[in-house]
Amino acid sequence: MTITKGPGTEQAIRTWSGRSIPRKEDARLVKGQGSFVDDGGVQGQGFAWFVRSPHAHARIVSIDCAPALEMEGVYAVLTGEEARQQCETPFFAIAPPPGSLMAEWPLAVGKVRYQGDAVAVVLAESRETARDAAERVFVEYEPLPAVVDTVAAADPTTPLLYDDAGTNVVWRGVFDYGDVDWALENADHVVKIDRLHFHRFTSAPLECNGAVVDYDLGTGVVNVMSNYQMPMFASMVIGPTIGVPINKFNFVTKDIGGAFGIKIGFFAQIAALALLSKKAGRAVKWTEYRTEHMLTAGHGNERTFLDIEVPVMSDGTILGVKVRAFDDAGAYLHYEPLGAVIWSQVVPGCYKLKHVRVDYTEVVTNKCPTVPNRGYSRMQHLWMIERIIDIVAKELRLDPVDVRKTNYVQPEDYPYRTPNDCVYDSGDLPRSLDIALELAHAEEWRARQRELGTGSGRRIGIGIGSTLDSGTNNFGQSRIINPDLPFSGNGEAAIVKLDLFGEVNVNIGTTPQGQGHETTAAQVTADILGIAPDMVTVSTGFNQANNSYVGFSGTYASQFAVSGLGAVMGAAEKLRHQIVKLAAYALRAAEEEIDVSDGFARVRGDENRAIPFIGLANMVYANNAGLPAELLSEVDLNARYVYVPPFEVPDPVTKTGNLTLTYASQVHVCVVEVDEETGEVTLLEYAAVDDCGRRINPMIVEGQVHGATGLGIAAALYESLDYDASGQLQQPSFYEYHAATALDIPHVDCGSIESASPFTPNGAKGMGEGGGAPLHAVCSAIQDAVGGDGPVVADSHNHWARVHELLHRDPTASRGVAVTSREGPPRVAQS
Amino acid sequence: MTERGASHAITVIVNGERVNRIVSARQLLVHFLRDVLGLTGTHIGCDTGNCGACTVVVDGKLVKSCMLLAPQADGSTIETVESLAADGQLSDLQRAFNEHHALQCGYCTPGMLMSATYLLRQNPDPSADDVRRAIRGNVCRCTGYVNIVEAIRSAVSAGSAGRAAAGAAEEA
Repeated sequence: MTITKGPGTEQAIRTWSGRSIPRKEDARLVKGQGSFVDDGGVQGQGFAWFVRSPHAHARIVSIDCAPALEMEGVYAVLTGEEARQQCETPFFAIAPPPGSLMAEWPLAVGKVRYQGDAVAVVLAESRETARDAAERVFVEYEPLPAVVDTVAAADPTTPLLYDDAGTNVVWRGVFDYGDVDWALENADHVVKIDRLHFHRFTSAPLECNGAVVDYDLGTGVVNVMSNYQMPMFASMVIGPTIGVPINKFNFVTKDIGGAFGIKIGFFAQIAALALLSKKAGRAVKWTEYRTEHMLTAGHGNERTFLDIEVPVMSDGTILGVKVRAFDDAGAYLHYEPLGAVIWSQVVPGCYKLKHVRVDYTEVVTNKCPTVPNRGYSRMQHLWMIERIIDIVAKELRLDPVDVRKTNYVQPEDYPYRTPNDCVYDSGDLPRSLDIALELAHAEEWRARQRELGTGSGRRIGIGIGSTLDSGTNNFGQSRIINPDLPFSGNGEAAIVKLDLFGEVNVNIGTTPQGQGHETTAAQVTADILGIAPDMVTVSTGFNQANNSYVGFSGTYASQFAVSGLGAVMGAAEKLRHQIVKLAAYALRAAEEEIDVSDGFARVRGDENRAIPFIGLANMVYANNAGLPAELLSEVDLNARYVYVPPFEVPDPVTKTGNLTLTYASQVHVCVVEVDEETGEVTLLEYAAVDDCGRRINPMIVEGQVHGATGLGIAAALYESLDYDASGQLQQPSFYEYHAATALDIPHVDCGSIESASPFTPNGAKGMGEGGGAPLHAVCSAIQDAVGGDGPVVADSHNHWARVHELLHRDPTASRGVAVTSREGPPRVAQS
Repeated sequence: MTERGASHAITVIVNGERVNRIVSARQLLVHFLRDVLGLTGTHIGCDTGNCGACTVVVDGKLVKSCMLLAPQADGSTIETVESLAADGQLSDLQRAFNEHHALQCGYCTPGMLMSATYLLRQNPDPSADDVRRAIRGNVCRCTGYVNIVEAIRSAVSAGSAGRAAAGAAEEA
């Protein structure tokens, strides 16, 4: 037990925070009593089914709804054009022109822009009838050439997705920090990498999207019971389009079956369902099915890095990097182009790179829109940085451990200011790496690798991934994309209340999807109010009617431990102050004499003078005659608090500023065995060391590490979303998209360091996204197995065929890398 | 075309209760359980039989209830996740899932528990590899399977070697 000073209190005693108590949520979930979106419904509801395009890019010539409407049990059909006529404006655009000219409406209007694009939506009495009717909405298409290549999309000669925009380029910006030209001229070596490609995949939550939307024609209130993970963002984006003010939305979430960022993407469907409900005069229920999810719910960002130049000194010090990056947003801008700036939260990665120039271009293509996906945008950049570290080590014959330790931000450097003025709060990367290497038995495996030698047909590779999970972001970074956006800072709201019989209840603006918010919120509340977590009820999910929200409420971007718990702690402190004030009056004592513990307020040192919470609640709610007006004006036992992290508005001209409050770090080490004949990769060992500051519930933190590791390994080896030249997705279901199983993911050995954040109310850092460390570690291990003279591991996805190609590439073909050195003749790498 | 007229009378025993219903010929067993009987603990995560969220036990065999039509289940005995704590007490496996943090979002959990329950009936002392093979048809996107394997293994020791020994090991 430690005594700490929390915000606003002199003596918060920490007894529950920091302990791995089992989760409160589990009791209902293990019994099958969770409440997921498809489990519920509304009286008289119809079932919605979207009519979706089979083409990647086509003009809509005509839509014939009559055959569907003739079917018994069909209530209504809403087409894209009809929906547009009811809308006041396209969805709110984050981008300035030309991106803002890439208009999106609730359903496709005029043309379809990707396979699965929704052209109409049917409402019927049953799911089956709606599905049948959707097949009887006849759409005539005139196919257009599909744009699928990210880099080619930016070429002015490429066909356009949006004629109004006149380009496929959404946004372009040069992020230029330090003096990379100087660094390239003065470095001992320059390592040039032709191309790196971060592939498209999805964390594919097991529960697909869904919503029950009820447009109440009497009150004008649009009730949205859904598993959408950022409700107020959806209201802000779709409200002006469908003409609904914020206070006429009532967003509610309950249990959510995973989200990982993907469930930020389906606001367009919610808008279409609201209009359909309005048209039909009844509630609509929509449950996305898996193939629909894979085709349309949103994919993670695909990024191509070209012409990478890395200035390096002979001692292994890396001075910086110069690169052109192309990001593929897919067909519509469903949160993009925020990804164009989000990566700059981690410009130098874990390293002290001083000179960085990224020429960044984001384009639209005829593919599924990208949406935030666990590790959103930072993971892509961090992967490039980690690839650079290993490729530099390999080409200059340096030890990748040494290169990392030489270039890491060191423990004494914190708080560390990056070249773009982000502030890394705390950490100990070298020690994290040492722990991870030990957990993975790296030394033994290195010896085994040497023993194995050549000729066995098998190779061993040892890989490292060291990443950052930047959390609690400053929405002011959106102004680097568009200086006119009215966004900055961040926040979260919570209400901690003493209810009529003295029950303690917590409402938060978050939308947990497995992160255990009910448990950790109860832990911090229990500490402040001197009770056990069992005595704290945390409402499940988000409910707009609770008024516990701000504009950025939700669960995303690794922030709950800071902003969510910051709000809960602030509200609990306020409630505690009220309890003390009320008890002092009731017990005729000074406030300084009051202790709050075990559900009572007591006068210290006098056990006969105490009042239980129910007594205090009774005084305020149901027995208040005679209470001083002054006291009643200060005490309502219903404490709302908004936590606001300390941020300034970033500078959009220099593209600098503190973009995130905390930086959890991950160092992963893995050992792979590669079969030379088949290219198959087997993970022999996996270790993950996470440093996320103070852990409120270490068991939950470790669970997040396991999960992020599992999804990262899956993406590195098994999961990829690929389009053919005509824009057809090759993995539209779990048949083709190999969602990793228990046979694919190895045991993960976890280690931890707790470098408390100096910037947060509780020393914690957000950590759920995990930085994509497994992608880096697995690529690094495959690179190690391929060997020093082999080609560069240039793709983040390495299924067996790609690994086989790396192992057996024609020796005269390019290895994808070259080194020039300042002294002596240039060392052009030999094959 | 719809087959609105095509329906069948079925009788099934679900979690010990006899149920008679008229069902549409095309109704999936999982929709029958969820929409008709209100047993929403059985979930749907895919449309191809890959994810296992809908796993139930039918006549003693593990079945993905999205791969069976309700009329095909006529005459069978079905166990769903709701049966596991029928007397109000969590089963060893359910308790182990809680204690070992083997669930996060909880969406795969009912199917996972049914597969694990079935495994322990077939093999009371499975190795970690046995466990991984037994749940390979159940996709979890949250846990990386680490704690699920741990939980199932611990339920084995709780069930066979006795809880006292397991408790002592925990203390140590």
